[in-house]
Amino acid sequence: MKRVYLIVGGVILAAAAIAFWVQGRQTSWSEADAAMLQSLWIGNLPALPPDPSNDFADNPEAAKFGQKLFFDTRFSSNGEVACTTCHLPELMFTDGLPLANGVGTTTRKTMSIVGTAYSPWLFWDGRKDSQWAQALGPMESPVEHGGTRTQYAHLINEVYRTDYESMFGTLPDFSDRTRFPDVAGPVADTDASTAWEAMAPEDRDTVTQVYVNMGKAIAAYERLIMPGPSRFDKYVKALLNDDKAAMQSALTNDEVAGLRLFVGRAECTKCHNGPLFTNNDFHNTGVPAANGLPADDGRASGVQEVINDEFNCLSQWSDAGDNDCAELRFVTSTGEQLEAAFKPPTLRNVAETGPYMHAGQYATLAEVLQHYNHPPLASVGHSELEPLGLTATELVQLEAFLRTLSGPLNVPPELLQAPR
Amino acid sequence: MKKQTITVIAASALTTIVVIIGFILLMPTIGPRYLHPLMMGNQPVAADLDTSTSVLSDTGLFRVSYSSDPIPPPLNQIHTWTIHIETADGKPVEQAVITVNGGMPQHGHGLPTSPEVTQDLGNGDYRVEGMKFQMPGWWEVRFNIAANGQNDNVTFNFILE
Repeated sequence: MKRVYLIVGGVILAAAAIAFWVQGRQTSWSEADAAMLQSLWIGNLPALPPDPSNDFADNPEAAKFGQKLFFDTRFSSNGEVACTTCHLPELMFTDGLPLANGVGTTTRKTMSIVGTAYSPWLFWDGRKDSQWAQALGPMESPVEHGGTRTQYAHLINEVYRTDYESMFGTLPDFSDRTRFPDVAGPVADTDASTAWEAMAPEDRDTVTQVYVNMGKAIAAYERLIMPGPSRFDKYVKALLNDDKAAMQSALTNDEVAGLRLFVGRAECTKCHNGPLFTNNDFHNTGVPAANGLPADDGRASGVQEVINDEFNCLSQWSDAGDNDCAELRFVTSTGEQLEAAFKPPTLRNVAETGPYMHAGQYATLAEVLQHYNHPPLASVGHSELEPLGLTATELVQLEAFLRTLSGPLNVPPELLQAPR
Repeated sequence: MKKQTITVIAASALTTIVVIIGFILLMPTIGPRYLHPLMMGNQPVAADLDTSTSVLSDTGLFRVSYSSDPIPPPLNQIHTWTIHIETADGKPVEQAVITVNGGMPQHGHGLPTSPEVTQDLGNGDYRVEGMKFQMPGWWEVRFNIAANGQNDNVTFNFILE
């Protein structure tokens, strides 16, 4: 009889010990890990960095005007494509598709604009160095908006004259259609580019100035699109307050296990660090080329494009001083590490912003994690990834953690719909 | 053969086969987790890593110190360093030609930007612009200094949290 009591007692003690240990795992973090969690916390997001290249970046009237432009489908060759065609506010400003559909189809996935005011580089390959320069890219792209800047200047003149002039001064007189054709711009279409080349240089500059101001207004609006707190942030806040009960109600045990992997053995924070879960730098992770698309060398071409970009920080259209453009002045433009390197998007709201990777190669988060666990060799350049050796359970936990990064946008609702 | 010998041989062969199969099956898990770090020989951070901001150059020609703006170097933000170069006996080194590189020894990659000395501030001080560190961990920053017909290298270590 005595032996039975001993055994039962031992089992109960063991069970209690295990229960305490599991409970402790939910809420106990080393000092170094706690510091890492704080660095990922949304409360650690610094104030919006100034954009010296855009004098109107923080101007509320410019943002209102920019919002009107953002939602207006008339800024396209067929009158049906606005920025919101691919950057849907209700889908975290993406479109849920592997490639984007404007007047044609792109070769890369739409990126979210949420929180991009913090990134020195825009697009997967960083070929633009400001939000306003980025906004102008799709507008003259033959597969996105498909329009030209003279078309847009005429449209501003006809429909937005008051708004434009209250911000940017008197609009020039565009009525002479031989000087200012309906359709002319430095675009792929040969008729339009021939018409552009035929224009007088000062007339081209006049039109480009209006075009640039459109981009700066759109950027002022985009700067306001910020992520809001998620359950992960509640957890970190509770940790900082040493509130174990709140920690346990914020995340489940599996989600905490996933978080431990995220900042530990899964090595995600090498690139997905900071409060926006991205270091906005370029990394080759051996993502396979999408079916039917040519090999994409990412940053290797992107850096050359930004250095030569008509609208970069050092261009005549930028409002920056010579000492302002440090990212562009000291950019690394050569090296094997740029080959097929792409910018990691923010992981905030990652559950809502599939498919994943630069051409939407992976439909689900599970596929993404399989890629990181068993990385393929890069077909172009050299992948930074190494096999992680995570078990199936660990992959499920990691995915569960990623889903805790979802939260509503920290944006007034009137900014998320067409302005009146 | 004696029956016992056959039993022993059969048991050994079976055990060997089981071990080999088990090894093959467990390798995808064990390999990356335990063997890979051993085989890759990733440089561990030395317990006595010298992270001081004032360091003697490799052949002792120069004493170099740095300060970052802001302090400590921030994560993911392009910023500026000021370095001060003296001879070993404390005289400021003027009009030096300096190049910058570095990286993360544990990851085998270099700096994410191409920093440069943009201003000779005089009195042995130089402004270095374009410094940026995009990951936490152990960073090395190396300066090659050419002055007065001499040339030497200096390395600073720091751990970015």
